[in-house]
Amino acid sequence: MGKTISEKIFSLASGRDAYAGDIVIANVDAAMAHDGTALLTIEAFKEMGGRKLWDPLRAILVIDHVAPSANENFSKVHKVMRDFAHKYNANLYDAGSGICHQVMVERGHVMPGYLIVGADSHTCTYGALGAFATGIGSTEMAAVLISGKLWFKIPESIKMEIDGPLPPMTMPKDVILKIAGIIGADGASYEAIEFCGSTVKAMSVDGRLTLCNMAVEMGAKTGIIEPDEKTTNYMHGLEIKNLKMLRSDEDAEYSRKININASKIEPQIACPHTVDNVKPVKEVEGLDINQVFIGSCTNGRLEDLRTAAEIFRGRTVKKGVRVIVAPASRSIYLQALKEGLLEIFIRAGCIVCNPGCGPCAGAHQGILAPGEICLSTSNRNFKGRMGSSEAQIYLASPATAAASALEGKITDPRRLIR
Amino acid sequence: MIIRGRVWKFGDDVNTDLIIAGKYKLSITNIDELSKHAMEALIPNFAEKVKSGDLIVAGENFGCGSSREQAPLVLKHIGIGAVIAKSFARIFYRNAINIGLPAVECKDADKISDGDMLEVYLSEGRIKNVVKNEIYEIKPIPPALLEILINGGLVGYVKKYGRLPW
Repeated sequence: MGKTISEKIFSLASGRDAYAGDIVIANVDAAMAHDGTALLTIEAFKEMGGRKLWDPLRAILVIDHVAPSANENFSKVHKVMRDFAHKYNANLYDAGSGICHQVMVERGHVMPGYLIVGADSHTCTYGALGAFATGIGSTEMAAVLISGKLWFKIPESIKMEIDGPLPPMTMPKDVILKIAGIIGADGASYEAIEFCGSTVKAMSVDGRLTLCNMAVEMGAKTGIIEPDEKTTNYMHGLEIKNLKMLRSDEDAEYSRKININASKIEPQIACPHTVDNVKPVKEVEGLDINQVFIGSCTNGRLEDLRTAAEIFRGRTVKKGVRVIVAPASRSIYLQALKEGLLEIFIRAGCIVCNPGCGPCAGAHQGILAPGEICLSTSNRNFKGRMGSSEAQIYLASPATAAASALEGKITDPRRLIR
Repeated sequence: MIIRGRVWKFGDDVNTDLIIAGKYKLSITNIDELSKHAMEALIPNFAEKVKSGDLIVAGENFGCGSSREQAPLVLKHIGIGAVIAKSFARIFYRNAINIGLPAVECKDADKISDGDMLEVYLSEGRIKNVVKNEIYEIKPIPPALLEILINGGLVGYVKKYGRLPW
């Protein structure tokens, strides 16, 4: 019987011939925690009597959620992480390195065929490089740091075939929002979403990372894409050994197959307060907004910044709207600087923050007041996520975010095509 | 393992930001302080209103969203005896077991009302609604996970047996 790419990764990691539904103990290839989850991990590690890491090279700590620290409490958490990393020789990416998920894919911690766990729900992002990656909790992460192993129930897979060219001003974010609207917030619970089709083939790795990032918003255990030459090009410059370029077999079993016609997708927007409350942007056009955020592990990459900058170029943000831009990593920040993108943002009136999670997690760099409305390129619009529980969050693409920032109200970016 | 308590009823898709908002999770590391904000966006002062042993009953996809372990932690800390839902988001479910908060899948959760009194028989796999005099079946918790749960979570398990369950 054929296997999906996910079944193949679990078979390799567990050393047995494994299929969906099987419960296996598997070796993980990398384990990550950040400043929102590492403190509980480190406390559990100590309580369990942990004396050393199973493999320090594969243990990664990232300070990104509130970086640099906004108050003494965060500073204490960061210090605990630095001390732990130093004592046990773990990889530490300190404030300014970028968002954990972008750091993981850029710095060689994610390779095709790897099995990766992270103490963050958006760990599923790494599936864009053909790895199986999923979020776990802090206590489990402590157990992984000690043993390098974890139990998994191998998920069934949904084959999500996306075909056709994306229309102008329509981005991978619009595709994944459209899918979230169709299948709902629990539409892929416990399953892997395998993205394929001509649209995905043609998509850059930046775009693929956006797709996989939001798999968890449909309850999925991960999103995953078969690796190809774009994947290996993305890892250019890294030392690549024994690359596991796995593909799903023709006769692999899927729980279901869903076909999406990308050429028919218009710019989409998720309305408050759930990610599956999705409409075409044109249906909510004209709503006044107070803040725009362009960044996050969903949409803080170069392609996103280039698209936004192209819309902002030579134009000015509407008076009264705060626009916050946070590149996803230091290397993206530097490249955006070289390409003149940051200058375009600053001239347009945006605030450019350091690499990191920015205001997405609601702890700093743009907290919402009661009654305010924010248009964000991030992945969650839950009540209270970015500040007041009386605020409202809309989720859309960088193109829609930039267009809306210029108009001061929710705007279909197709209106601003030059 | 029998859990007896009064029901607080919630709907579908109760996400981790509703259980404990990110702004608190990130800025408050003291569990007593953090727990005061549990479920407050849905029921103001919920933490004060809850009595030890009370139960949360909800619809589909309870605990969707973030991987934050503080979500089940604050519920356990304010005295919630178990969360019963039609379905759980996977990370919340794993986290709940790992910190020793019973998470119980019950397809009949819709039949349970706010204020009902329930007896949850975890090992036997059923719930008795004392008020309505009804019995509901629950999806059994796999033995390996039940063993973690009854030891108060993964840390408790390791302390008792001196090793990880795997």
